[in-house]
Amino acid sequence: MFSFKSKSRAADKSDKIGRILVFVYLAMFFCFLVLPLFALMSKSMQNAEGVFVGLENFALYLKEPTLFKSFFHSLFVAFVSTIIVVCLGFLYAFALQCTCIPFKGLFRVVSLIPLLSPSILAAIALVYWFGNQGVFKEMLLGHSIYGPIGIIMASVYWTFPHALMILSTSLSLSDARLYEASDALKASKLRTFFTVTIPGAKYGIISTTFVVFILVFTDFGVPKVIGGNYNVLATDIYREVVGMQNFQMGAVISIVLLIPALLAFALDQFSRKRQASQLTSRAVVYVPKPHRLRDNLLLCYCLLITALVFLMLGMAQFGALVKFWPYNLSLTLKHYNFEVAGLGWDSFFNSVRMSLYAAFFGTIIIFIGSYLIEKMRADKSLRDILQMIALMPMAIPGIVLGLAYIFFFNMKDNPLNFIYATMAILVINTVVHFYTVSHLSAITAIKKLDNEFESVSLSLKVPIYKMFFRVTLPVCLPTVFDIFIYLFCNAMTTVSGVIFLYSYDTTLASVSSIHLDEQGDVAGAAAMAMLIVYISFLVRGIHTIISTFLLKRTQAWRNI
Amino acid sequence: MENVNSYLSIRNLNKYFGKFLALDDVSIDISPGEFVCFLGPSGCGKTTLLRCIAGLEVQSSGTIIQNSEIISDLPTSQRDFGIVFQSYALFPNLSCFHNIAYGLENLGWEKQDVTKRVDELLSLVGLSDHSAKYPSQLSGGEQQRIALARAIATSPNLLLLDEPLSALDAKVRVHLRQELKNFHRRLGLTTVMVTHDQEEALSIADRIFVMDSGKIMQSGTPEDIYANSSNPFVANFIGMTNFIEGQVLDEDSIKVDNQQIAINSHSYKKGTKVIIAARPEYVQLAEKNSSNTFVGRVVDVEFLGSFLRIHLETSIMPDQPLIADKPMIDNFSKSVAIGDNLNFTLSPNHLNVYECDN
Repeated sequence: MFSFKSKSRAADKSDKIGRILVFVYLAMFFCFLVLPLFALMSKSMQNAEGVFVGLENFALYLKEPTLFKSFFHSLFVAFVSTIIVVCLGFLYAFALQCTCIPFKGLFRVVSLIPLLSPSILAAIALVYWFGNQGVFKEMLLGHSIYGPIGIIMASVYWTFPHALMILSTSLSLSDARLYEASDALKASKLRTFFTVTIPGAKYGIISTTFVVFILVFTDFGVPKVIGGNYNVLATDIYREVVGMQNFQMGAVISIVLLIPALLAFALDQFSRKRQASQLTSRAVVYVPKPHRLRDNLLLCYCLLITALVFLMLGMAQFGALVKFWPYNLSLTLKHYNFEVAGLGWDSFFNSVRMSLYAAFFGTIIIFIGSYLIEKMRADKSLRDILQMIALMPMAIPGIVLGLAYIFFFNMKDNPLNFIYATMAILVINTVVHFYTVSHLSAITAIKKLDNEFESVSLSLKVPIYKMFFRVTLPVCLPTVFDIFIYLFCNAMTTVSGVIFLYSYDTTLASVSSIHLDEQGDVAGAAAMAMLIVYISFLVRGIHTIISTFLLKRTQAWRNI
Repeated sequence: MENVNSYLSIRNLNKYFGKFLALDDVSIDISPGEFVCFLGPSGCGKTTLLRCIAGLEVQSSGTIIQNSEIISDLPTSQRDFGIVFQSYALFPNLSCFHNIAYGLENLGWEKQDVTKRVDELLSLVGLSDHSAKYPSQLSGGEQQRIALARAIATSPNLLLLDEPLSALDAKVRVHLRQELKNFHRRLGLTTVMVTHDQEEALSIADRIFVMDSGKIMQSGTPEDIYANSSNPFVANFIGMTNFIEGQVLDEDSIKVDNQQIAINSHSYKKGTKVIIAARPEYVQLAEKNSSNTFVGRVVDVEFLGSFLRIHLETSIMPDQPLIADKPMIDNFSKSVAIGDNLNFTLSPNHLNVYECDN
């Protein structure tokens, strides 16, 4: 038997536009993701003169024990942090989803607060609590907070919400019928927990493990501030590139950092695929019954976590307002002048601008991209490639992407060289860095739309792009808003992606915070980090008001 | 080969999905104003055929001619049809009014003309009061009627229905089926419906195309297809049939299990392996030992409301029970009990004979 190729025919105008857009997206992905990574790889195989030397740099790397040690440091802190976060997060998610404790809404909001702050904020707060002049220094029994202890504590703080989101979703999917069956078979509560609850959340736990591992393994901000002499891969890259101008070694370490991250990402994808088939649409939502001892214990636990979150935030804010820690505790606003860095408030406003651009353009690009991948009829193979590339950013550490951008866009003969050291490169880098999560939520929303909308529209002679604005976009508006705020908050708080890319005119708040800390102005760093928290809060508030108002108008059909 | 009186002609249509042949040299003609059904099990290619007519799938080879114009190379938006899907595919964020007006607004109609036309359509489908409601506020049947109104709003000359009733409850389905038929009578719109439900097809269509494995197995009026199924597949798919295997003895009898079944004359050679198809309602229970009468033992009796379904174990059908349907009149059920031996007659006029494939 042989197969015919589909005969070409006059395409709909909508198909033509779709095809052009698919090519535009492919071109964008190539310029802003694939080619920079390629530049990074080729850099790792060149010597300082730019001559190809094969794997020589990698051999050099392996021979240098101080560099090689960092790899195990990174593994160690990532491993320990992951275990702690998964345990803490699971207990918290369990309390929120499977018990009858009061104030669940409040606890949920509190647990997400760390998302609004840069990861370095936790590190700074820890310096105030346990640093050389910290309040509770003695509690570390002579150990220094500057090192693995500090890195792990701060990492646990900032990755907690990431873990919680995945874990509570997987627990919220638990099927009441399984609990009823377990009850009917006279299983004890504990047995039910281990035979129903844990297996049900298995894939959530696996996924959380990989996600948190990648986050900590590739994080730059926290080890930079609180790592002391305990070097990890991300800080090594920074030191090689910024401190020693050894770009080749920076590229080599980047690849060393990239490989485990890619591996973890691939394993996560694999496990997610298996999870999808496990879910049935007929599951009955589990509604927990009160259990006094359990509920009281978990309420205490949630209160404890809440207290810890506020202790972190509160200390950072207090430190930022104190005249001269720990000798003169009277309050002042002088640290808000940011004089040490010599930039004043410019970096703060740059950050806000950058984040608004990234959120605005990013949302448009990501949503239209997801729509093309999900709903266009032609060019299936091209769309598959797009989908594959769209998943890649999640696996690529920010600092690696940032370095890749330098190598690629700083090349003299690159026609895109003009965006180097501009606001544009920061925006593009940020959008690409945070592309995947937004992309996946857009895909989920678009998947819910009936597959025949496009067919109906074409049969009624209405072009697809008209339908996109009339139906697709309005129906998906809640998701679009979510993507906007996700991009904004991440753009405000990101450090690793942009640390190599800012110029004198485009310094950013999070980067300034690191520099202030580097120059010994910890109070200034805390002040800047808290500013980021406040602006994120403010924008999130405005976002809530606007979206409530707009959603009331556009989503009226949902709640009838 | 062109059929003069044909509104829609499909000539030698093939469609491959990769190596899978979804449509195998399909050629059909549909007259203007006709209501036809593509009927077949899932995966038989009926939906693919409909989507090729709509231009939503591109055929691998072959031609589609609508109203004397070759349309097979035209994009969807340049073809003349309205379509209704199983999922309704109503836009959830638009009211019923705006769903129906969707295509009209795009044609640049004046606002009052749009309103007039939509009101007209709403009253046609009997949902005038629901104009301002959102689709989620309507029942499935109502949603499907809105989808129908939307499909014909721009006055297309061909209406395509892709399993339009399959998502509905049994009662609503039967009701809407009748409505669809009335609707078609009033508008006279050439209509093509895809369905896997043979009862639906029999009740509604002027003509049925039974499909299997991408091929048209038989086409004809519902009565014709039911009474004179041209092959075992159709006989089995349309309604219920008993299949009795045998060998041709001479031109009007078949040897089955050392017995003979008399049939109307046929053209099969002596010794050919054949299948005799007998509809359950034509299996007559006989008192006396008349011709073509066989004996069976009752193994099961199903009470199905208006009729009784009797399962008979018999030597002429050794693999499975033979089914006989008897109308439930005169308390007939009392006289049949499991274990009884019954005589039954197969009337030659109501037997179809097919050659065995293997």
